[in-house]
Amino acid sequence: MIILFYLSSGLFLGWSLGANDAANVFGTAVGSRMIRFKTAAIVASIFVILGAVIQGAGANHTLGKLGNVSTIAAAFTVALAAALTVYWMTRMSLPVSTSQAIVGAIIGWNFYTSNPTDLGILTKIVTTWVSGPILGGVFAILLFMLVKKLTKKSSIHLLYRDSFIRYGLLAVGAFGAYSLGANNIANVMGVFTGAVDLPVIDLGIVQFSSTQQLFFIGGIAIAIGITTYSKHIMETVGNSLMPLTPEAAIVVVLSQALVLFIFSSQGLSNAIQSIGLPAIPLVPVSSSQVVIGSIIGIGLYKGGKEIKYNILGSISLGWVATPIVAGIIAFFMLFFVNNVFQKDVGVDRKIERRIEIVNGSGTKAVGANDTLVLSNSIEKKSDTSTDYTPVGKEQSSKHEVGSTAIYLWIGLSILFIAILVLLYYLWTKGKKVWLVKHEIKSLEEKYLLKIESLEKSLKDKIHRQDDLGKELKFRQGEMVTMAMSIIHKNEFLNSLKNEIVKIKANIRDQEIRLGLNKLSLMITQDLSIDRDREKFQMHINEQNSNFIHQLTETFPSMTDNEKRLASLLRLNLSSKEIASILNISPKSVEMNRYRLRKKLKVDPKVSLSDFIRNFL
Amino acid sequence: MSLLFKNVKQLVFDIDNFIDTVEQGVLVFKEGVINYINGEKASFADKIERIDRLEATADKLQRKIDDEFYSHSLLPQNVSDIEGMIDKIDEIIDIAKDNLYQFDDELPFIPKELVNDYIRLADTSVEAALSVFPAARTFFREPLKVKEMLAKVYFYEKEADKISRNIKRKLFHDMKDLHLSQKIHLRYFALHIETISDRAESLADMLSILALKMSI
Repeated sequence: MIILFYLSSGLFLGWSLGANDAANVFGTAVGSRMIRFKTAAIVASIFVILGAVIQGAGANHTLGKLGNVSTIAAAFTVALAAALTVYWMTRMSLPVSTSQAIVGAIIGWNFYTSNPTDLGILTKIVTTWVSGPILGGVFAILLFMLVKKLTKKSSIHLLYRDSFIRYGLLAVGAFGAYSLGANNIANVMGVFTGAVDLPVIDLGIVQFSSTQQLFFIGGIAIAIGITTYSKHIMETVGNSLMPLTPEAAIVVVLSQALVLFIFSSQGLSNAIQSIGLPAIPLVPVSSSQVVIGSIIGIGLYKGGKEIKYNILGSISLGWVATPIVAGIIAFFMLFFVNNVFQKDVGVDRKIERRIEIVNGSGTKAVGANDTLVLSNSIEKKSDTSTDYTPVGKEQSSKHEVGSTAIYLWIGLSILFIAILVLLYYLWTKGKKVWLVKHEIKSLEEKYLLKIESLEKSLKDKIHRQDDLGKELKFRQGEMVTMAMSIIHKNEFLNSLKNEIVKIKANIRDQEIRLGLNKLSLMITQDLSIDRDREKFQMHINEQNSNFIHQLTETFPSMTDNEKRLASLLRLNLSSKEIASILNISPKSVEMNRYRLRKKLKVDPKVSLSDFIRNFL
Repeated sequence: MSLLFKNVKQLVFDIDNFIDTVEQGVLVFKEGVINYINGEKASFADKIERIDRLEATADKLQRKIDDEFYSHSLLPQNVSDIEGMIDKIDEIIDIAKDNLYQFDDELPFIPKELVNDYIRLADTSVEAALSVFPAARTFFREPLKVKEMLAKVYFYEKEADKISRNIKRKLFHDMKDLHLSQKIHLRYFALHIETISDRAESLADMLSILALKMSI
């Protein structure tokens, strides 16, 4: 039980890693609804645990070389310092990564315990941090080129392609989760491997070492992080980092998985060494930074216009700021744990070694790399407290030791309660934020649906309006054609009538004169009772029924003739043309226009035709 | 998580079947117009019945395709565009059916002088639609090739415009014997037939935009 308490800080770190970094693997797939969250969470959880147990040792070894945190209290403190750094920097919206936080915290432990920090290892780690995103970018460019070439050449149906992409996203997601587990488990559980020694579990076919068991527990913490909290991050952050097409998402996840795999595979490193090349440094790298590197790689391939170069600055800031912050927090926390709770954080062992060297008691000093068995730690604590604690303490009675132990337990309990309160606070806050965001999301979805349906109906209406507009134009043209034909006919009949009058003046023959009179009368009758014109009037009334109705509503005193004139003016006909249609003189039309203008109270500056055309 | 390939195969088949149905509908429309102009009443009635059936099948298939897309969230980034495209394809058979029914309901009198023009108009307008369907099929397989397949659609659409304008010109300039109402009636029918090519052009525009979107 006590182990679980000490491991809690590492498990919290694992939980936050699962909650945040799973979005790097399945964020785009879930955000774009290509894969359901449930499927993504199951696959990611299984493969993270597999990666952690099978391949987690490589990166852990390098962290161990940087500083092998030798006591469980120190391991707890270092992991807690890293977790608090990640939490605090995330809250402050500063770029942060678990890998960099844990390295900083280990260096903090090195400082506190006066352990020398191996600069060669540190350089190797920092170089990997820089080369990780660069390598991710290079992989992304190469893979993106390959995908482009393949998709350009292939003539697969879009739906088949969609299915392939879904399965592809799932496969690379599984690989990404495996690599994440393999590379990043050292961040979560690495500090505990030097301090906790669990008995080997032998299942016959396979054996699980203490480290693998710890990594399994860490993997479960990551899996819990994925299932409990990553959905929210996948649906928001996962997709908003940069909208990626599903093909680009495969490339990014695969690049990230490859980089993380390369920096955690002992087998690959050995294989490279066997052909005479230098070994690959097995170091935990930030998956988020590799993802950013990969996205930038794709952006560069596309021309580099869309890249926000300030993000590179924020990554660099993360490289420097995170280890420093984590180191300082770790240093002060170790001081607190060491001096207030009187817990061995590795300092005592240092003293022990010095004493041994001074006494010349052995050539093999008890170094910081030695593993402490948990069951022995309390005993050793009592040993060290009697043997190597300051002189005042050495002389203290058994009673004083007992009261120190009580204080220690009270202090630890308070710390435990404080952590529980902090976790509860974080959980409730997270839940509240999730609820609010969930509500916002559902509202957004509702509005989106509404907008979609409104857009559709608007589209339909615009379509309909276009059709109606076409029909209106067509009908107006039709009426104008009709009007023109009436005008032509009436003009012709009028000129015929005038000709008859001229001929009649020169003819003396009574019979012919009578005939001409009859002809002239017929023309006059035809002009006044013109069937075409009647039809046209009917047509005009029919087409303009709405317009006439509105006109009558607004100006109730309008006469039928005035309404007819208004309808003709709406067709943009000239006074002469209207005169011909109505079989009245142009002068009468002008007079009627004047009366109409007065009745409609049209501003003298505005044309009557414009006023009528814009009336509806 | 996703459709099994078997179901994808079924959906691909449904989409192809849908486009085939609309294509057949357009061909039936052309034949129907020719039957009407030539006075082949029995054949014309048969075409009306066939286009009615084809339009119903197209509607059924469209609903099925819609359901599949949404229930399995297929092509989530392009689903609204593809639905819009399918709507536009369906519009073509809807209009073809309506137009053929208009011939049946309004029985326009087509003078002998205009018979060839109307047949040519129907032929060209339908040809525009027939040219856009292969592009729609190609969109699902090779979106980048769509653009080069659309030149024919635009050509036939312009041709249909020209023929339609020519018919109207003849009606109002040369055919003095016809009553104005007849002229207007015939003009309407030229417009109806021409609408098929207009919709094909609108679908072509959409396809070329979608192809561009897919290439980015």
